[in-house]
Amino acid sequence: MKIAISINSLDMDDKMDMRFGRAKKFMIYDTETKTNELIDNTQNLNAAQGAGIQSAQNVINTGADAVITGHTGPKAYKLLSESGVKIYHSEEKPVKDVIADFIAGTLKEADSADVEGHWV
Amino acid sequence: MIIAVASGKGGTGKTSVSVSLAKALADSNKKISLLDCDVEEPNAHLLLECREISRSEFNVKIPSLDLSRCTGCGKCAEICEFNCIAIVKKRAVIFPDLCHSCGGCSLVCPEKCIKETDSKTGEILEYNAGIIHLVQGILDIGKAMAPPLIREVKKLAREEIALIDCPPGTSCPMVTAVGGADYVILVTEPTPFGLHDMTLAVETLRKMKMNFYVIINRADSGDDRVEKYCTSENIEVIMRIKESIDAARAYSKGIPLYDALPEFKQYFILNSNKIISRAGEFK
Repeated sequence: MKIAISINSLDMDDKMDMRFGRAKKFMIYDTETKTNELIDNTQNLNAAQGAGIQSAQNVINTGADAVITGHTGPKAYKLLSESGVKIYHSEEKPVKDVIADFIAGTLKEADSADVEGHWV
Repeated sequence: MIIAVASGKGGTGKTSVSVSLAKALADSNKKISLLDCDVEEPNAHLLLECREISRSEFNVKIPSLDLSRCTGCGKCAEICEFNCIAIVKKRAVIFPDLCHSCGGCSLVCPEKCIKETDSKTGEILEYNAGIIHLVQGILDIGKAMAPPLIREVKKLAREEIALIDCPPGTSCPMVTAVGGADYVILVTEPTPFGLHDMTLAVETLRKMKMNFYVIINRADSGDDRVEKYCTSENIEVIMRIKESIDAARAYSKGIPLYDALPEFKQYFILNSNKIISRAGEFK
């Protein structure tokens, strides 16, 4: 299973990035092979609007089955869930702990967006 | 002649000043269109005795997609400056809330499967308030795109003098509302917030190369930092409206400054002529 995690760096001890739309990078972690791959998301950092949509498109196109991030807004949530990507909201933790939580099954799947959209 | 009444901060008295100026000009037999462009919460009508003369829906164009023909080529998403379109699993997904109605996506779609369709975002009302012609835009709750509605309200100015009651702030709605005016009146209050937000409005108007003056509302309250700022920036303060508990009391009952106290009426009549003549200086 491939999971996308919003991150600040590939360092497993570094804390995850709590933002989804404006995350700088995503780690695509394969739970079977235990390998990871880095996806750049910086094109969204300066987007006036629609960053969540673009991030979701990025993540979906990697073929990830699930996303772990801090928060998702309504548009990102809609696009991800309609595309069959599961969404998990985590506390701010080192990436390795986030992955461990996911594998242990202690992360709860989100059933809705947990933050409002932002307007220009 | 178009005069826009704006501010940085909300609640400084834009509507009180625009309504009072409109009434002062009307009492001098000047014909005015008062354009309430604060479309997220228009309230000039509350301070005027007015009779509705027309009401119409306001629509913008948004894309609608025929999924059966979409190949997921991504040309629409590529041209969209506003990130409204995503391509996932070889199909386009449109988020119309973010759409700025540019029409680019429907133009570039090689399959011609994107059509522009009408979407209601608000209403436009016109009223007669004595000889004042009041036009009001109301953005529907939950809609974010104020500028197209503001542009439409401005088109309905029919009298020789148009006074625009602008939305607060310095973002797209304010820029759209002040654009094209002969000059702008910035209404502020002598408080740190009033000064801070007025400074942003001054920077915005300077970038737009627009002329402007300042009116200080409740001028004898707060502190003197707004006055000092205006002096150092060479900005003329054209009116100073006194703080008055009686005026506040009247306002809470829907009575504008102009009718609240005889001295305010005189002050507005005196200055409304000055305000009109200033517009001529920029011609």
